[in-house]
Amino acid sequence: MSEQKQVLEIEEVVVRFSGDSGDGMQLTGTLFSDASALFGNSVSTFPDYPSEIRAPQGTIGGVSGFQVNIGSAKVNTPGDYCDVLVAMNPAALRANAKWVKAGGMIIVDSDTVNEKGLQRAGFKTDNPVEELKLQDYKVIFAPITTLTKESLKDSGLDNKSIVRSKNMFTLGMVYYIFSRPLNFTEKYFEIKFKKKPEIIEANKKVLRDGFNYAGNIHAIANTYHIPAATSIPKGKYRNINGNTATAWGLIAASEKSGLPLFCGSYPITPATEILIELAKRKDLGVKTLQVEDEIAGICTAIGASYAGNFAVTSTSGPGLSLKSEAMGLATITELPLVIVDVQRGGPSTGLPTKTEQSDLFQVLFGRNGECPMIVVAASTPSNCFDYAFYSGKLAMEHMTPVVLLTDGYIANGTEPWKIPSMKDFPAINPPIVPEGTEGYMPYARDEKRLARRWAFPGKKGIEHRVGGLEKDFIKGSVSHDPINHQKMTDIRAEKVKRVQEFIPQQEVIGDKEGDLLVIGWGGTYGHLLTAVQEMRKKGKKVSLCHFNYINPLPKNVHDIFGRYKKIIVCELNMGQFANYLRMNFQEFNYLQFNKVQGLPFTVVELVDKFNKVLEGK
Amino acid sequence: MEEKFKYTPQDFKSDQEVRWCPGCGDHFILNAVQKALPEVSHVLKYDMERYVFVSGIGCSSRFPYYVNTFGFHGIHGRASAIATGIKVANPKLSVWQITGDGDALAIGGNHFIHAVRRNIDINILLFNNEIYGLTKGQYSPTSKLGAITKTSPFGTVEHPFRPGELVIGAQGKFFARSLDVEVKLTSEIMVEAAKHDGTSVVEILQNCVIYNDRTHAAITDKENREDRVITLRHGEKMIFGKNRDKGLILSGLSLKVVTIGQGGFTMDDILTHDAYEPNPGVHMMLANMAFPDYPVAIGVIRNVKDSTYDDNVRDQVLEVMKSAKIKNMDELLNSGETWDV
Repeated sequence: MSEQKQVLEIEEVVVRFSGDSGDGMQLTGTLFSDASALFGNSVSTFPDYPSEIRAPQGTIGGVSGFQVNIGSAKVNTPGDYCDVLVAMNPAALRANAKWVKAGGMIIVDSDTVNEKGLQRAGFKTDNPVEELKLQDYKVIFAPITTLTKESLKDSGLDNKSIVRSKNMFTLGMVYYIFSRPLNFTEKYFEIKFKKKPEIIEANKKVLRDGFNYAGNIHAIANTYHIPAATSIPKGKYRNINGNTATAWGLIAASEKSGLPLFCGSYPITPATEILIELAKRKDLGVKTLQVEDEIAGICTAIGASYAGNFAVTSTSGPGLSLKSEAMGLATITELPLVIVDVQRGGPSTGLPTKTEQSDLFQVLFGRNGECPMIVVAASTPSNCFDYAFYSGKLAMEHMTPVVLLTDGYIANGTEPWKIPSMKDFPAINPPIVPEGTEGYMPYARDEKRLARRWAFPGKKGIEHRVGGLEKDFIKGSVSHDPINHQKMTDIRAEKVKRVQEFIPQQEVIGDKEGDLLVIGWGGTYGHLLTAVQEMRKKGKKVSLCHFNYINPLPKNVHDIFGRYKKIIVCELNMGQFANYLRMNFQEFNYLQFNKVQGLPFTVVELVDKFNKVLEGK
Repeated sequence: MEEKFKYTPQDFKSDQEVRWCPGCGDHFILNAVQKALPEVSHVLKYDMERYVFVSGIGCSSRFPYYVNTFGFHGIHGRASAIATGIKVANPKLSVWQITGDGDALAIGGNHFIHAVRRNIDINILLFNNEIYGLTKGQYSPTSKLGAITKTSPFGTVEHPFRPGELVIGAQGKFFARSLDVEVKLTSEIMVEAAKHDGTSVVEILQNCVIYNDRTHAAITDKENREDRVITLRHGEKMIFGKNRDKGLILSGLSLKVVTIGQGGFTMDDILTHDAYEPNPGVHMMLANMAFPDYPVAIGVIRNVKDSTYDDNVRDQVLEVMKSAKIKNMDELLNSGETWDV
């Protein structure tokens, strides 16, 4: 029997699950996060997986990881370093040991620590602890594979299925360490394997056996309790990742506009889940076309937009490159369209599964001709919903394409989300031309937005032609007139600029003036916020100005920048937003903090950098 | 209500000046379309506002400006994709894609074969002049091997596509061919194309008077035309020639031209055209017949029924919606695992 162990209460803990890409670490991490969220903790997750579906077993290249930060106060990042690392094999240990806090706990499946396993992971000796200098860490070698086999020997499952269940044994162990209730996960098994009672029972048993095993071993001296968060607003919650939130935000815009949602797309990491989610939503009337290539994705969407659907296309950087010409077509035909770019490491194929913010210049400038476009960037997994919704609203009401930027980090990251109500979202009123309108002029505009009106084929009396050739500024017939081209170019630019009148003012977190203004945009929000809050707790005069509206920028930006002694622009690229700000507001001096490692910032490195800037180093 | 669905060719003429070169085959085709649309409206009960003309880039792609319907002049090669989006967004529309051999088979080849494979209900009029006209005379994917053009001064060294073979290879259900000068036949074929549910490809051998003049002359010149082309009609014998005495038979695994009354061949030996036959074997052979070994086939070569992409997309959505547990956004937001704080 286990002796009485001490339960320690802690505010925040970071756990990292890692193993071979076939070991089911993404599922294990997700179940642990879900159970914690359902328990009432604040949660932020970060899956980190290789682009190979099954890289050679046991090698570093095949290691898949999932990190989760659980707190009793609001957590904004998945955490830089973990308190507990689960390593299902030597490769996972070797790849992830550097992410464990000094003195942290590491659980290793000792059955995999053999000559073959160590050799494949690139160890030179038979002592990984010494080789990785982990002597001061709490490394627990548990024979997880053996114990799983023992646990399920009477289950009737075949050997392969039994061995595959070792992730649930491990999950049971982690549940014990963090005093998590098992019922949420048991319920998951019941729903997931509804028609296979033997699988439900096997999973429940192995989970409980892992839980009990952890309770019985001396190596685990204490267990931890992370109380439910009390500071988070009351209400009904769910977990959401950025890609699902994006898909749902687009459906929400379709519902508010009364126009059917059409998505033309082509699978590409890490954007594919948007198409997958929309394909499921035929129950809400969504039409998805998985077409022959990226170009067809956007071109079918443009056709659908012309015909009166709310049309979108989803992609990542390389796909966006292919869509460039058609983005120009949507601009010159002045049709509503949302182009979602889930950014990943580039150039070319680059780092398909890793995050980066390096498509900014491409979406701002990467087209032939003078081709201004609205650019919006989401900054958390859940606000992908809001920015997808508002991208749709801007596209339809201003009759122009909009690029919505997210990135691999927020697209795959999850967080609990207070479920919004659709009645809290504004109406969307596109300027649709009624049937039988006399004297419809395709390029006549409203004065406020400069939007032309949207005339759907099939309606009597408004037959007209649009296309990629420059058009007469009223009638819409082809025009090569020099003055007309100048006029149309000016109008297309002014139309995008006027969006300033319809977006919120830029906000600043922290004091309205101070020593350092930290500037960021998009998916770096959580890390920048955490770093700035940490410094402010220590009395530093640091504020955060984080952008979601990129083009046009909000009207009050210039006022804000002038009130701080120093400005530093932090982004996961070589300085694209910093240069964009230099282009727009030349009078300020912009320091930069840039990183292109396919990884988010760490709070530690941000705080370190900001301190150095404050100290004038 | 007698006037409903009653139009004249004049109704389909736009106010734009037609700017193709004098003598260009496109003029004939525009004429044929403006003749066909009143008939299509009459037969299928289509109002004028149901028509959408979509094009890519090239001389032929100026077409939408010249018909007084809804029109979308797209970008090079992408008309099939744009047309697909339009048709799926609103399946009631009658969507016509105007394209050329460069636009459809070179830069737009991928979209073209996939549109055909999906059997989206659009009508594709493929103007084949075996040359790039708008860029002033470079070879195209249908230029004959050895063709001398501005970018092949010593002759091309590549084999051309045969559009009919490509369409049938991509599981095409409707393929027809006409000559630009045969306005009446072209017009009839367009009505058949409109009536066919699914992708209808009509290849029109068209003359570029400036950069590839007389490329089809061997078969289009009036004095030889009847001996060098065969007009196929479903249910009719495959006969041709000035004296209507030549016909096609199946000899072994190939088609063969015979003269009726010679070598013991009678009318009974001549094949009867069956455009509705699902097996594409004979249709492929007919589509590939080339002068001088064979007469070139014109008319509707293949016309086979199958389900269409736009219907399938619509029906699946309706089917799922019928039994859906989630009916609106609020229900979706609150579906699955949730908890209260």
